[in-house]
Amino acid sequence: MTSPLLIPVDSYLIESLPTVWFGVVMFTLAMYVALDGMDFGIGMLYATRDEHDRETLLSAFGPIWDANEVWIVAFGTTLLAAFPAVYSRLLSEHYLLAIAIVMALLFRGIAPELREQREDPAWRRRCDQLFVFGSTVTPLLLGTLVGSWIFGTSVVSLPSLLTGVGLVALCLTSGAAFLAAKTSGSLADTMVRYGTASTAAYLGGVVLLLIVVSWLNPSNVRALLWTLPAIAVVLASVVFGIGGIVAARQGRHRLWFGSTVGLSFLLVGLVGTLLYPTIYPESGLTIDAVVVSPLALNLTTILGLPVLLLVLWYFRFLYRTFAGPIDSESKGYSS
Amino acid sequence: MIAASNAVLSGGVQLVETSLLLSPELASRAQFGWTITVHIIFAALSIGLAPFIIYFTWKDVTSDAAAYTSLREFWVRVFAVGFVMGTVTGIPMSFQFGTNFPVFSEVAGELIGGPLAFEAKMAFFLEAVFLGVLLFGRERVSDRTYILSAVLTGFGAWLSGFWILVVNAWMQTPQGFELIDRNGMEIATLTDPIAAFFTPRMPWMYVHMINASVISVTLVVAGIAAYFVWHNRTSKAWNTALKMAVVLLLITAPFQAIHGDAYGRHVADTQPQKFAAMEAHYDTGQADLHLIAVPKSVDALTDPRTDNLFTISLPALGSFLASGGDFQAEVIGLHEYDDNPPVALVFWSFRVMVGLGFLFIGLALWGGYLLRQGRLHESTRYLQAMMLASPLGFIALLTGWYVTEIGRQPWVIQDVLKTNDAVSTTLTGTEATGTLLAFVVLYLALLTAFGFVLKWLIEAELERMGVRTPAESDRPQLPWVGGDD
Repeated sequence: MTSPLLIPVDSYLIESLPTVWFGVVMFTLAMYVALDGMDFGIGMLYATRDEHDRETLLSAFGPIWDANEVWIVAFGTTLLAAFPAVYSRLLSEHYLLAIAIVMALLFRGIAPELREQREDPAWRRRCDQLFVFGSTVTPLLLGTLVGSWIFGTSVVSLPSLLTGVGLVALCLTSGAAFLAAKTSGSLADTMVRYGTASTAAYLGGVVLLLIVVSWLNPSNVRALLWTLPAIAVVLASVVFGIGGIVAARQGRHRLWFGSTVGLSFLLVGLVGTLLYPTIYPESGLTIDAVVVSPLALNLTTILGLPVLLLVLWYFRFLYRTFAGPIDSESKGYSS
Repeated sequence: MIAASNAVLSGGVQLVETSLLLSPELASRAQFGWTITVHIIFAALSIGLAPFIIYFTWKDVTSDAAAYTSLREFWVRVFAVGFVMGTVTGIPMSFQFGTNFPVFSEVAGELIGGPLAFEAKMAFFLEAVFLGVLLFGRERVSDRTYILSAVLTGFGAWLSGFWILVVNAWMQTPQGFELIDRNGMEIATLTDPIAAFFTPRMPWMYVHMINASVISVTLVVAGIAAYFVWHNRTSKAWNTALKMAVVLLLITAPFQAIHGDAYGRHVADTQPQKFAAMEAHYDTGQADLHLIAVPKSVDALTDPRTDNLFTISLPALGSFLASGGDFQAEVIGLHEYDDNPPVALVFWSFRVMVGLGFLFIGLALWGGYLLRQGRLHESTRYLQAMMLASPLGFIALLTGWYVTEIGRQPWVIQDVLKTNDAVSTTLTGTEATGTLLAFVVLYLALLTAFGFVLKWLIEAELERMGVRTPAESDRPQLPWVGGDD
């Protein structure tokens, strides 16, 4: 049977379509972690910079952050479109945390915009504080939420909080790598220093997290950890992390930034590996149990997937338009 | 539990256990209502400003008239701040479907998830990416790409509205689905995508909302232009903007009234309970049309009834309008239902919207008359009237949405799912009241901040026009100072 749009009603376009959409959901999350994570990193590193450097950082951040932030909406709505029950539970069972995340995200977004509206130093200081606060707290809370999701642990628990701290370290790394690629001289050197430390912290954090969850064994995750995909993802992370530092030391900053994007995808890959084929461990829900009906998913596939490719194409256009080092003389953020 | 919360809905405000905490249902509804109230202002600003941005950018790039450069730069700045406000207020919106109304998300996920995902992927990304180019890329892309960026940004705003209204219209007149039991829950399962996307309400709502956004923004443009013309009667840029606004208002304001009238008939057909609430019509039978209603007592504000209102009414015209031509037609009254929306909010919101709509037509005709006489910039009284009217379009737009959304209660999906059954069962009154308070404070601060940013932009423009010297304010000139005046 087909619907008026000639879309199959009774069966998925391909048998593994639910799994494909699990992959798409993870992909949108990975894009968010990689791109907005870099924005968070810029926001955290911002705290260490003087007024002149801050303008440079905002010039790097200005044209791209809003588009990057949309990936969280893409993640949320894709999850809703494919797995409504997971979207509902993830958000309602972590009510305060979810609300806190969107509020912290609000501070991060609004602060630089307001900052540029006045020259008053006191006003700017206040906006700067809000910007750093939002940029630090959002990934911390988001990581905590994701940790709580995959391990089925409560929000205030070691596995959840360690995931949050790990995400903060990863964001610092990608922010430092992006800034190193966009700037030169002493600022780039400083970013290499910070990036090296945060990479070490991130890799250490991941290992510590794995030891902790292996020991506490929430949602029987131990069995999943000692499987080939999980081990491969962790080893690849170590390779990308160390490779990134080597590239950074050699002054190959764009390559370094590429490796941090790889690290973000690997982290989300680990999330996917630990979940699959379950998608909400706390209730033991599997992908097949919560996926929407064939017609709905087929429709989302036909209308949504090509558009996702188009989005990637114009992201490439955006990043190429604003490629190249930032002119430190330009006043940057305002149009 | 459900009976108790039904009492909450019909009774309006009720406190739980005499503490100051609201029930999770009421707090969730208030929180969603408040956050969407603020968010929709910025969403409508993007939609309504889009044609202005495209036109000014096109004229600026293709002609040498400096007037269009200053208009483009001023309004692109407003658009940019509005867009950031829209983004940061909009993200909490979409996540509240999950945090506060998870049952709604789970029941309707198949029907609303697709359109919401398309909104993010097709529209929101488009707007965000090309706004980046529009704001920062003037020197980095060709003229043609730059104009295209303005067009794509504007197109993104209109397309975003389309998908969001697909969802909302489905909640008003749901179709194209079947309720199928899944894991012990009745899930709305998609059966006909075309029917589900293009519901009977969809075209009415889209046209009415797009036009309302254009009217709201046109009034803001007119008010700000009037302010500048009032300061400098010969300003080429702002006289152009004022004329444009008056012409646009002459087209859009009367259209909205004509369209709204037909829309009302459609609501009477598809949601008789909402229509009855709009007219505070309690007893089924012939309905009068209350052209003007004034409360006789304070009671009338909270519970409007024929006997506590002074009304100027046209007998039986309510029947005539609802039925499309029959004075005797029976109009269903609110007494037919066990559970009604808060009638007063719907009744008075509707009157505010309609009243303002007629005011806008009056302002448009007055402006059109002055324009014909070539005296638009001379009439101080008209300029002042337009300044005062500048926020009123948004008031009409908001009250219109209150009619639509509050009027649908007690249903979240008309005749399918009640709002109080859609709310999270794990949410406590403490959590819900706490976040509601936080959102009230935060969004009020954002609105205030936006007001200040507008004020600063206007002051900077006055300096640029030479009306006010920089010494008079502590704010230095904006970098784009140049001049046509």
